[in-house]
Amino acid sequence: MKNWMGKLRTLSLFSFLVIILSACGKENLTALVPKGYGADQSFNVIIISILVMIVVFIVVMAIYLYVVLKFRQKKRQEDYVPQQTEGNKTLEIVWTVIPILLLLIIAVPTVATTYNLADDSAKEDSINVNVTGLQFWWNFEYANEEIQTSQELYIPVNEKVYLNMMSSDVIHSFWVPSISGKMDVNPENENTMYIEAYEEGVYWGKCTEFCGDSHSLMDFKIVVVSQDEYDTWVDGMQNTDPEFIASAQEGQELFENSCLSCHAIDASANHPVVGPNMADFGNRTMVAGVRNFSKEEIVEWIVDPASVKPGNGMLDAPYLEQENIGQAEAENIADFLMELKATDEPVDSVKQFREDEAKDN
Amino acid sequence: MSTLVATNKKGFGATLWDYLTTVDHKKIAIMYLVAGGFFFILGGLEALAIRWQLVQPMNDFVSAGFYHELITMHGTTMIFLAAMPLIFAFMNAVVPLQIGARDVAFPFLNSLGFWLFLFGGILLNVGWFTGGAADAGWTAYAPLSTISAGEGVDYYVLGLQISGAGTLIGGINFLVTIVNMRAPGMTYMRMPLFTWTAFVTSALILFAFPALTVGLFLMMFDRLFGSGFFDAAMGGNSVIWQHLFWIFGHPEVYILVLPAFGIFSEIIATFSKKRLFGYTAMVFATVLIGFLGFMVWAHHMFTVGMGPAANSIFAVATMAIAVPTGIKIFNWLFTLWGGRISITTPMLWTLGFIPSFTLGGMTGVMLAAATADYQYHDTYFVVGHFHYVIVGGVVFALFAGVHYWWPKMFGTMLDEKLGKATFWIFFVGFHLTFFVQHFLGLMGMPRRYWVYMENQNLDLGNLISTVGAFLMGIASIILLYNIVKTSIQNKKVGGDPWDGRTLEWAIPSPPPFYNFKQLPLVRGLDPLWIEKMDGRKGMTAAEPLSDIHMPNNSFLPFVISLGLFIAGFGFIYQKNDLSWLIVLFIGMAITLGAMFIRSVKDDLGYHIHKEDLKKEAEE
Repeated sequence: MKNWMGKLRTLSLFSFLVIILSACGKENLTALVPKGYGADQSFNVIIISILVMIVVFIVVMAIYLYVVLKFRQKKRQEDYVPQQTEGNKTLEIVWTVIPILLLLIIAVPTVATTYNLADDSAKEDSINVNVTGLQFWWNFEYANEEIQTSQELYIPVNEKVYLNMMSSDVIHSFWVPSISGKMDVNPENENTMYIEAYEEGVYWGKCTEFCGDSHSLMDFKIVVVSQDEYDTWVDGMQNTDPEFIASAQEGQELFENSCLSCHAIDASANHPVVGPNMADFGNRTMVAGVRNFSKEEIVEWIVDPASVKPGNGMLDAPYLEQENIGQAEAENIADFLMELKATDEPVDSVKQFREDEAKDN
Repeated sequence: MSTLVATNKKGFGATLWDYLTTVDHKKIAIMYLVAGGFFFILGGLEALAIRWQLVQPMNDFVSAGFYHELITMHGTTMIFLAAMPLIFAFMNAVVPLQIGARDVAFPFLNSLGFWLFLFGGILLNVGWFTGGAADAGWTAYAPLSTISAGEGVDYYVLGLQISGAGTLIGGINFLVTIVNMRAPGMTYMRMPLFTWTAFVTSALILFAFPALTVGLFLMMFDRLFGSGFFDAAMGGNSVIWQHLFWIFGHPEVYILVLPAFGIFSEIIATFSKKRLFGYTAMVFATVLIGFLGFMVWAHHMFTVGMGPAANSIFAVATMAIAVPTGIKIFNWLFTLWGGRISITTPMLWTLGFIPSFTLGGMTGVMLAAATADYQYHDTYFVVGHFHYVIVGGVVFALFAGVHYWWPKMFGTMLDEKLGKATFWIFFVGFHLTFFVQHFLGLMGMPRRYWVYMENQNLDLGNLISTVGAFLMGIASIILLYNIVKTSIQNKKVGGDPWDGRTLEWAIPSPPPFYNFKQLPLVRGLDPLWIEKMDGRKGMTAAEPLSDIHMPNNSFLPFVISLGLFIAGFGFIYQKNDLSWLIVLFIGMAITLGAMFIRSVKDDLGYHIHKEDLKKEAEE
């Protein structure tokens, strides 16, 4: 009996812990465990404001419970007429002035952090990435390095990175909750924000401005790597070869005939942004930002892109109309795509990410 | 006039004709209540479909396209076609009675306002049957809305334009009514708080709706006539739409919530048997909220990239609104203090409102902190927040108002037991649905997501939220059952079932069509209560019994609105085929023709003679 009670206690303690942990959300996705400068600044203001508000709530609820319990009509009180009070000047001044003071506690750090996060004095000396949002994917062009990639933004840890963002269709919004708050990506004027990540790892990014059918599937990642890994990656990207000869030759031929007009396979920044750049595709964390990295998923995307992201731009691709890419051809193309790499193998966090996601699903 | 006696027994056709042509504010109130109730159910069904799609990760209950139509139409329907008309239902039913007037200032326009709203609302929903309703979100941000395929967004633009005109007309009407038609002795600072909030809300409508009108016209030109106001490629700017929309959209929140505050103020005073604590402060807080409401629209746009100066100014201005709102909460609490609180159904809704709305206000202040909003913006945190304000504030007030004024409007009393069951189920369902959404947002769930992925720790929260939504659905069904049951039993109650304080309780329920046989003399705040305390049964008359001038019924408001409804189809479909311009011209001809008739035909109304009034009193 005692043993049974003990087990129950351990179990309930354990489940309580699980609830607490899951209450903060998924690691590297949640805004409640900040791992970057912007997220940290926002989190501080969130905590300050919620503390002040909890004080207010307690005061209101204390008065509320007191009056509701104390002044409920009692039996044989039906004829009692309460005193008709007009008001009370002192009280009214108190509950006007105290809230103003409480609001100042929130307002000061709000204004300070707002200016802090808009600071662009270090822009010239930092990495600058031109971010383009499109229905329903992201393009990242490294301004000084003259390379571009899509869907996965590589940045070095503990470095300020400036993002200059513009949309080429409708409004999107760039949000990586664990690293920084969001900023809209508008079609007419460029928005700039900076991010700085504290820990290496793969971070989930989401589009947060409603942008059409696959808005909920416009995911991207930020891969935070060490300075060395970053330099290696940039070097690899700068040397991706347009004349690349793969061991998957059939796939390469098919790709060149049906896909290359929209998807470049080298990372040169000179290519116009039409479809996602494939230069480093073999090192991606996910397929299309939302599916596990596997050959089957790539094949499914090629054969039936609408089933993965409804309304996406690839639905207009000529090969779908001509029906010249079947299951077998798609597998060849997938083999080819998985060989496209800027570095021989992905960084450890990407490997880990792929394993974790494959295990979960 | 024989109408005095003939109102009791009428065939269905005659009743229908009566409602189609009525200019009586009490009948218009009933029509607003029925139409608003219908759209409330429609929007509720859309909400349940949304929650069912989100019950589990990667669900495929509805397609992405249909989901986006559901969220767009849920928001649009609930704000413009349910909450607004239901507020107008109570303004119509109560304000003229509370100020001791026989009708609103412009009865004809009152009817026109209703029919414009109804035809606009129907037009908005026609899209469902013609290849898809609007799908760009209720905020219809350009350029997503301007490039949206099909006619869904066109129906949104024209439907809102027509029903918006109705709202604007209604707002002007109530401004004039409250300024001009108060009974002798009813000074501004003796007006009941619901009338005050109706007054401020009408002023907000007058200044806020034109911004929406302009925005909708620009969008109409962009979508139907090839202009490029919001098209970056043609030198336009999509952010202009956001400004226009929120210059309207933020005051709209106060347009809805101020009358809700008014309803609660009436109920709290009545059921604590006390005069409203700090009445003067309450009035000034209302006016101040209305004024500040115009200064804060850009807090919906902190992430647009306006720069730190604009973000800071709008953040601090927004926080300032918490002060007058706090004043209101404390004044309500101190009205309860020392009172004799009887917990009836309307009071139960009010007592449920105070903690619920306080939570909504708290998250409001949190959202006002711009840097914190960088995380909250466009996530489920925001969805949770505004449902706490709109449901916890406005919908609770509408439910409270239905139970409170039902006897005044229909002469029967809604069942208290069923009313309390409705409250408790709805209250629990409401908090289950929306509280957890704050956390979902912070855990990385953006709003307007058709699906969320597996293994992102979002499953449990969404499941709880869906369960809560269905509880609210069950509660609404109980209310409907209550209404049907009460109507069938048809047990009449007297004119003053709650021991009321304000003028509407001084006349029979439902009130005679001329409201007051003799205009009452108002001697202070809570005029009926003052008379009761002095041992009198009712109000003292301010005038001798004399003939009452009444307006004639008219079918023209229906025709004017019908014409615009028809013209709407012409506007939309001429973009595909110019021969539809004929429909446009026919519709506009009907509208302008009816307006012409109204202008040239003398319509002087009629008089109820005092002999008839005396005879009626003797019967």
